[in-house]
Amino acid sequence: MTNEHSEKEHIIGYGTYVLIWLVLIGLTVTTVSISGINLGNIALAVALLIAALKSAFVINIFMHIKFEDKIFKVFIAVALMTLLSVFVLTAFDVFFR
Amino acid sequence: MNNHSENFEEHVHRDDFGAKMGMWLFLFTELLLFGGLFLLYMAYRLQYSHEFHIAARELNIGIGTFNTIILLTSSMTMALSITAMRLERKTLSLFLLASTILLAFGFLVNKFFEWSAKFGHGLYPGSDVLLDKPRGEYLFYGMYYAMTGLHAIHVIVGMIILTFMFVFISRNSITSTNYIKLENSGLYWHLVDLIWIFLFPLFYLMR
Amino acid sequence: MSENIESKPYISYLQAESKHKGIFKWILSTDHKRIGIMYMMGMMAFLLVGISLGFMMKLEMLTPGKTIMDAQTYNAFFTLHGVIMIFLFIIPGLPAVFGNFMLPLQIGARDVAFPRLNLLSWWLYVIGGLFAIVSLFLQGGPIDTGWTFYVPYSIRTGTNVSLPLFAAFILGFSSILTGLNFVTTVHRLRAPGMTFFKMPLFVWAIYSTAWIQVIATPVVGITIILVIVERAFSLGIFDPALGGDPLLFQHLFWIYSHPAVYIMILPAMGAVSEIIPTFSKRTIFGYKAIAFSSLAIAFIGYFVWAHHMFTTGISEVSRFIFSLLTFLVAIPSGVKVFNWVATLYKGSITPGPPLLFVMMFIFLFSIGGLTGLILGSLATDVHVHDTYFVVAHFHYVMFGGTVMIFFAALHYWLPKMFGRMYNEKVAKWSIALIFVGFNMLYFTMFILGYEGMPRRYWDYLPQFQTLQIISTVGSWILISGILLMIGNLNRGIKRGAKAVANPWGGKTLEWTIPSPPPVHNFDVIPVITHGPYNYGEEEEK
Repeated sequence: MTNEHSEKEHIIGYGTYVLIWLVLIGLTVTTVSISGINLGNIALAVALLIAALKSAFVINIFMHIKFEDKIFKVFIAVALMTLLSVFVLTAFDVFFR
Repeated sequence: MNNHSENFEEHVHRDDFGAKMGMWLFLFTELLLFGGLFLLYMAYRLQYSHEFHIAARELNIGIGTFNTIILLTSSMTMALSITAMRLERKTLSLFLLASTILLAFGFLVNKFFEWSAKFGHGLYPGSDVLLDKPRGEYLFYGMYYAMTGLHAIHVIVGMIILTFMFVFISRNSITSTNYIKLENSGLYWHLVDLIWIFLFPLFYLMR
Repeated sequence: MSENIESKPYISYLQAESKHKGIFKWILSTDHKRIGIMYMMGMMAFLLVGISLGFMMKLEMLTPGKTIMDAQTYNAFFTLHGVIMIFLFIIPGLPAVFGNFMLPLQIGARDVAFPRLNLLSWWLYVIGGLFAIVSLFLQGGPIDTGWTFYVPYSIRTGTNVSLPLFAAFILGFSSILTGLNFVTTVHRLRAPGMTFFKMPLFVWAIYSTAWIQVIATPVVGITIILVIVERAFSLGIFDPALGGDPLLFQHLFWIYSHPAVYIMILPAMGAVSEIIPTFSKRTIFGYKAIAFSSLAIAFIGYFVWAHHMFTTGISEVSRFIFSLLTFLVAIPSGVKVFNWVATLYKGSITPGPPLLFVMMFIFLFSIGGLTGLILGSLATDVHVHDTYFVVAHFHYVMFGGTVMIFFAALHYWLPKMFGRMYNEKVAKWSIALIFVGFNMLYFTMFILGYEGMPRRYWDYLPQFQTLQIISTVGSWILISGILLMIGNLNRGIKRGAKAVANPWGGKTLEWTIPSPPPVHNFDVIPVITHGPYNYGEEEEK
């Protein structure tokens, strides 16, 4: 119950959002252009990396997690780690079957 | 529900922080819901790598990219709408929210044309065209319809929610000091965007 | 102390009036206490249905071949028994009834964080239950896939699969909403001074459970939806004829359904950690160890799902990994059992009915847990997989574990919930009957399974008959014990002696308010200065 007022003060300005939007569009154009080049095996990794980068911007700025209480960051870490672990553990089956 | 008699009145204590926490927990459930589908996608792409690449050539990168830009833009207008609300610029907030809903609608229209084109080519589950193709390609379309379909349902739900928010703002039940509903709807809308950010490269950018 | 609480007149939540009339006073109420009671009513009804189905199944097993029903009916019966007991009884079980009723009381709150969402959860539970029931009477006949809904059979069978699956989806949604409500409640509504390490252990358990509900349930949600869509549109995702992989269904199904057994057992363990200190008048031994073991069980329990699939042809590597992870769960479970027993040591023990249930739980659950190790080992699992051994193990853990503690919690908190006492002597008789019947019914199943009796079979070889008869007779004793217990509780609620505020001498917050609790729980929100089980010894640091 301690930090609830600190974030109330923080209003993200219009400019920041527009800037982030430009970055996101830029990344989209990048990922589409890269997909035209034959990168072989790492194509998927590059595409997912860019997608992860875009999500980081959306989560931190649009969803303003960057400015939220620590507990939210812990929650998100827990959820993402769980999802990741499920993927890894399932992969142990499908990769080695 | 708010006007119970004296014995049973609700203890209306506003807790915006708690409401936001509940919303985030709900978003995790959405994440895991799609997570199951992504897991299936991973397994099948591994198993049918070649067929997936061939089938993906049928998808239209142009429409996919356009829709990505539409959703990213709608996410921005959504975020801007909340800032406008907090800065007490109600009209601007309403305008931005309406733009968000309109962009969402545009996304669905595109999706509709995209799906219709696929159906026109006989590329739908159970069609003879698909049944004649290798199983991996059949599965690619199975995953494609399941994942983009579930996403489209979320877009529709998002539009409905945002429409309600529009009404709430115009009736002043969302204000610059009490905007948690708008903010939570925004979070939901950004999640819809997030899912698409991953769907897009996984389906459209495989060449 | 109880006298001066009692003497002040107040309006209890049972008597409170609202703008609604008649039954709507209850079914539209957002009071967490009323919602808890309504869950209890629904669950007891489904429990009785589930018991009747189990009774009929055991009766069918009395003789080889047909006794009272044909094979297809038997298929439907074991499916329904599983679906009802799991999705409508034990999964909502303790969190929905006692979590709802006691969680706000134990943390000194006036309600949960989202009272209206809480009511919605209950409505979803009822609607899901109704869908499941309705599906039985539609054309095509009741579902016969087993409660696990394995593909490809669930895609192909002509019985009604989609509707009960949809019912399970709705029930899952109800569970998710309850979970996110509880997590937020624990974070936001604790009384001043109640730090996480001053919370009662039941709250810790409910908190861990709520996390699993939020993080695991959506996975089965999407799986269920995919099976329904598969039946309608043949996407091919789970259909081997179209290239799909049925094993992936099993992965997704167990990614939820294994953590779901921890949704069932963790709150029960929490309730045990409440009952034991109260009945031995000692501070719980190893508070932090128990609290963290709840989180550890929730966490590790999420990553052991494929031990249900050892014989299905998953990769060698994953079998090793999942077997190892499975054994790890035994550590936090063992931590709990040892701490409970250590709490009892040198305590001033009162053998009231709740404690007797807990003793029975420790005995039965230990058997269930140890046989779980046999199933978790790769080599022995191959031998006993899909036999009565698994059925017995499952019932020792779920029935002997969760349901016994559900009964214990009923006996423990009933005076608080209704302000009345039941007859303790009759309660003890029912406990004796349940104990004898339970072991006759299920221990024979261990032997049967070890000798090769497969689960879900309608027929069996003549050499199994002696044990099957013992088992069936056990089911009669068990059921008479349960009926005696329910009758006794029901009589207590209606005509029992008035209960005082704190009949057992408990130290947690729910015992500081009158029984039944007032509408707003606390006149003044208490300020917490010490741990939850303060029996006058030195407090654990």
